[in-house]
Parts: sequence; C-alpha cells; structure tokens
Amino acid sequence: MFGDYSLGELTSIFVMQGFAGLILFSVFLLMALGLAIIFGQMGVINMAHGEFMILGAYVTWMCSTFFHSYLPALVPIYFFIAMILAFLASGALGVAVEWLMIRRLYKRPLDTLLATWGLSLILQQFYRSVFGPREVGVELPQWMLGSLPVTDVIEIQINGLFVMALTTIITIAVAVMMYRSRWGMQVRAVVQNRVMAGAVGINTEKVDRYTFGIGCGIAGIAGSAFTMIGSTGPTAGQLYIVDTFLVVVFGGAASLAGTIASAFTISQAQSIMEFFLSGSIAKVLTLLAVVGILMLRPQGLFVLKVRR
Amino acid sequence: MAYDKDRPQSDLRRRMLLGMAAMPFAGLALPRTALAQAPATSAVNTTGLAVTDTEVTVGILHSVTGTMAISETGSVQAEKLAIEQINAEGGVLGRKIKFIQEDGGSDWPTFAEKAKKLLVNDKCAAVMGCWTSASRKAVLPVFEQYNGMLYYPTFYEGLEQSKNVIYTGQEATQQILAGLDWVSKEKGAKTFYLLGSDYIWPRTSNKIARKHIENVLKTKVVGEEYFPLGHTQFNSVINKIKLTKPDVIYAIIVGGSNVAFYKQLKAAGIDLNKQTLVTISVTEDEIDGIGGENIAGAYACMKYFQSLDNPNNKQFVSAFKKMWGEKTVIGDVTQAAYLGPWLWKLTVEKAGSFDVDKIAEASAGVEFKQAPEGYVKIHPNHHLWSKTRVGRARPDGQYDVIYETAELMEPDPFPKGYQ
Repeated sequence: MFGDYSLGELTSIFVMQGFAGLILFSVFLLMALGLAIIFGQMGVINMAHGEFMILGAYVTWMCSTFFHSYLPALVPIYFFIAMILAFLASGALGVAVEWLMIRRLYKRPLDTLLATWGLSLILQQFYRSVFGPREVGVELPQWMLGSLPVTDVIEIQINGLFVMALTTIITIAVAVMMYRSRWGMQVRAVVQNRVMAGAVGINTEKVDRYTFGIGCGIAGIAGSAFTMIGSTGPTAGQLYIVDTFLVVVFGGAASLAGTIASAFTISQAQSIMEFFLSGSIAKVLTLLAVVGILMLRPQGLFVLKVRR
Repeated sequence: MAYDKDRPQSDLRRRMLLGMAAMPFAGLALPRTALAQAPATSAVNTTGLAVTDTEVTVGILHSVTGTMAISETGSVQAEKLAIEQINAEGGVLGRKIKFIQEDGGSDWPTFAEKAKKLLVNDKCAAVMGCWTSASRKAVLPVFEQYNGMLYYPTFYEGLEQSKNVIYTGQEATQQILAGLDWVSKEKGAKTFYLLGSDYIWPRTSNKIARKHIENVLKTKVVGEEYFPLGHTQFNSVINKIKLTKPDVIYAIIVGGSNVAFYKQLKAAGIDLNKQTLVTISVTEDEIDGIGGENIAGAYACMKYFQSLDNPNNKQFVSAFKKMWGEKTVIGDVTQAAYLGPWLWKLTVEKAGSFDVDKIAEASAGVEFKQAPEGYVKIHPNHHLWSKTRVGRARPDGQYDVIYETAELMEPDPFPKGYQ
C-alpha cells in the first residue's frame, strides 16, 4: 500500500490529502452548520435542507449570469454579493416555511421529517419548472480559479482556501451568535425549557422562526459556495443531505463543537482512505465506522449536558 | 401537436359528412381513393397492432421526471422532431404516425410497467425509448414476451442482443477502440489513468479499454478508480493523477459528478491543453452544466457532435433548433434518438409490413443515408455500423471534430478477447 511511493512522495501525499481533507471538512461543516442549528436547537428534521442549499446555488447562478451580461466590470466581486443574496433568499424562504408549516408540527418531530420531505419534492419540481431540468454552470471570476504552487507536486487551490476562509468566518459568527449574544441565549433557553422561557417573557415563536430562518440562510450560503466545486441542478440537493445528516448525528446534535469535530473526523478519514483505497470503498468504510461508533455512543461524539 | 390538427382522418370525416348529405353512398368509396397508394391495412398488419387506414401508433418511453430527466429530455425532443418530419413527408406506408408518450420517471420498474401498457393496451407498432442500461434491462423481458420493437438510443456497454431491440447508439468497442488507437498514435500516449462512476457501463467500458491498452497497444494503465454516482469530491484522485503523471486521463464519469470533476481539475491547476484527457461520457448536453471554460481542451470520443460538418447535419441542427429553440444543444444520444423513428420507417417500408417479426427480420441491411451523423446501416446483430469520431471541447461548449475513422466500424456487442 505505501510501498510504491518514496518517502518524499509519501510526505507530499499526506500534505496534499490533508489539504483535500481540510477542503472536504469545510464543505461538510458549511453544510452541517445550518442543519445543526435547526435539528439540534429545534428538533426539526429538515429533509429539505438540500433544497435550501440549491436555492442559494441558483441565486448565485442568476447573479453570475446577470453580472456577466450587464455589469462585467463588477464580475470579480459578484460572488460576495451573490452569497449575501443567497443567504437572504434561503433565509426568507425558511421563515416563510416555518410560518406556514413547521410551527404547526413542533410537538411531532417525526412529522417534520415527512412534511419537509414533501417540501423538498415540491421545491425540486419548482426548480425544474423554473430553471429547467438541465444542470446550469456558474461562471467564476478569474481570481478564484487556479492554484498556488508550493512545491512541484503540492499545490494549494485558491477556491479551496476561499471555502475554508468562508467556513471559518461563518462558524465563528454562529458561535458568537449562539454563545455570546442575547438572541443566542434566548435560543438556548427555549431549547432547554420552552414553557419557562415563555414565562420569563421570551417570544418563543419569534425565536423559532428566526432560528429556522438563519439555519436555512446558512444553507443558502453553503449552496452558493458549492457552485465552485459541484453541480447545480434541481435534484443536486439530494446528493448532500445524507452526508449532512451523518455529520450532525455523528457529532451529537445541539453541539457546535460536536459538529466541528465530527466533520473533521469524517472528512480526514475519507480523504486519507480515498487515496490508498478507492472512492467507493472509502465511503463504505467511513459509514461503517460511523455506525460502529454510534452504536457505542448513541448520542454522538459530544453530548450536551441537560437535566431531563 | 401541430400535426394532429391536419390529420387526414378528421379531414376525411369532414368531407365524408359533407358528401353524405348529397350522395349517401359516395362516402364509402372515398377513403380508398384518397389513400390510393397506401396498401390495405389487412395486408400490412396481421398481428393486431394499432394501425388503421390512416394512422399508426408508436410509443415514446423516457423519463421526463426524476434524476434522468436531465439526460432524456433531448431524446424525447429528437424523436418528436423525427416523427413530425416523417408525417410531413406523408408518413409510413401512407399512414401518419401518432405517438403516445409515457414517463418512466427514472424508475426501472415503472419503465417495465409503462412498456407493458404501450404494448398490451395501446398496441404500439414500435417504441422509442429508455436511456440507462438499467431501464433497458427492465423493459427487455416485456418487449420479448409481448413481441414489441424497441429503438434504444444510448451508447452502452454491449453484451446484449435481441430480436426486439434496435440499438441506435454505439456499443462499447465501437466507441472505445478507435479513440484509444487515435490517442496512442497521435499523442504517443504510453500511460493511462482510468476513471469512472461506479456502475456497469463505466466498469465494462474501462475493462475493454484496459484490455486494448495492455494487449493491443502494449502500453500501461497506471491507475483505475470508481466513484459513487453523484460524488462531488475528486481532490484525492486528482492528487493521484498529479503523482502518477499519466499521459492520458480516461474519464467515464456520468451526470452531475462531471461538473465537480472538471471544476476541481481546473482549480487544481491541471490544464487540459497540456494534460490529455479523453472522455466518452461528456456530450454537448453535459457541457452546459460543466461550463465550457472548465473542460475546453478535453477530447471526447463518440460518433456524433453537433458541429459535424455535412449537409444532413446542418439540416438536422436547424430543424431541431427551429422546433425546440435556438439555445438547445444536441449531443450524441439526441442524434441517436432521432435515428429511431427514421430507421423504423425505412424498415417498415422495406418489409412492406408493420408486423414486428417481419421488421426484426428486415432490419439487417437497412440504410439511412440522410442520417445527421452521415450514413448508417443496421447490422444483422441489430446494432448500427458507425464511424467513431474524436472531438476537442471548445470554451463555447461545442466540439471541434478533429478525427474520424475512415470506415464505418462493425458493431461487436460480444467482443472476443475483451471480456
């Protein structure tokens, strides 16, 4: 397995695979953050999370088309505008969905699974009717393409760095929001004891609505970032939903640190195995390992200590 | 459906009604005189198919919903275009083609069910349809049991032959061998890296490619790798490619994964103008999603490209765009789907009958000289003789055709020494 490579090559392999793993880690984390907020804090199993991501991707695509045809001078920075719009669009849709559907289901968590699954089918068909069944390509600004050579084998991809930076910023923002802001305190209070939180004057309905909206908004940003590496089509959201739930459940819902740790473990394991074995086998082994660990620790890697 | 309006039947009915008022019995003679050149239905249809004096029914069976809708939309469009053109020329044996379209919904049991409906309830004289090998395998027993005729448009892995199927796309050896010969001669390629999605078609195709690379070209495969359908992380394999530095990357990745693969390849600094990459799974349709600038410089090996320069193809492309819009693109499978109705028409006329047994029998040797790909002929094994071409992707999403085999390649669905 290692015999075919020289020591120098092995070093480069581990550096490159480590870096590939870091990109995968950022991707997983970006996908899972929104879901972790919604699932962890609100107990809603949002099967339509992938479709909220794809909405972000479509918004990015529309921005790309718009800027390339009407404002070519601003193309280098359009991606930032697209991400903000993606956040707003998915967030707004999230708020609307919460108001129309989710708030009626809080006492029935398994029904949220069915309802959001239906929602995901409706959204897929909606995208197909509006944008067509074919995949669309997002044109990236020139500076985002290419890579920085470190040695003659090791190269650092610019869009990989971009995704990492973006993930770091959003993770920090979420952490600050949850653990340092007044709103975060209200969210955590509602999670721990809804009745008591209401009794002390927290508008729990409003907290729920905005928590769901922000979770969906982050999905929109993730979708926007994915246009750099993946495809944008009506059903593309389905590709990500399994991995996303895997990360959230493995990390232990409701725990930000757990989500980070689990995204890191899964991505590095998969990335290193993918090199020495094959893509399909790596995926199978990762899944088996996750299943094994969840059998030992059903609550996931990190457990929130709550008195029940 | 424009051609439904001027269906001769309704026209006839109107004239019959008018005539009957004045001459009660003259109307009876009218259908015969109006269709003087068309043979009597009893003579051309002895097996109870849906054929009348003026009309013949065929089926269109593709996914217009679900994950395969992306790919199969083009096939449906091409088949409808062919049917409309055939009707404009007077139909088949004097009968206009009417079609019944069913949706397979990207679900193989549904395909089988709908195939049965088209054959048993609707008595379709022929069915154009299917895309994935899985859907074809699901409908095959139905077509054999109820003796239907299927025109299947996709390039596929081979290892199949049926009296009831005409394969209008290429089988694996036709698509692969000439392309590998070309790249080894033209680029002096010595080492190959094989990549693919993890299911039967890429695996069988790569198996044939590997045999050819090792046994015929006497060169080397330095890596072979498969990814689950829908995989979007290719950094690891790209790193391996960088380390092994193959002369040729041979890629058979399908669907949305392609977008991720080519974007990441470009982001990793692999320039396809310097690194030779050959694909047999990216048509003009897929480039729409990948983005031309990400794949420009790659070589594709298949039988048809939209940019093919011949009068037949120019007519086909302009008719297709007129019917389905300026922005549509036409890929290899779309053209193969277009061949289905035409080959069926030519075969029916050769056999002088709509009966499936006679058509299956008469198919061998049927030529279609107006085919957009140039010229095709049906082999006794029910596959087509075809040329294999190599195209080079341009940034605008089209291919420049840079090579084609001098002769038509004989289809060989059960290649000896390649299995």
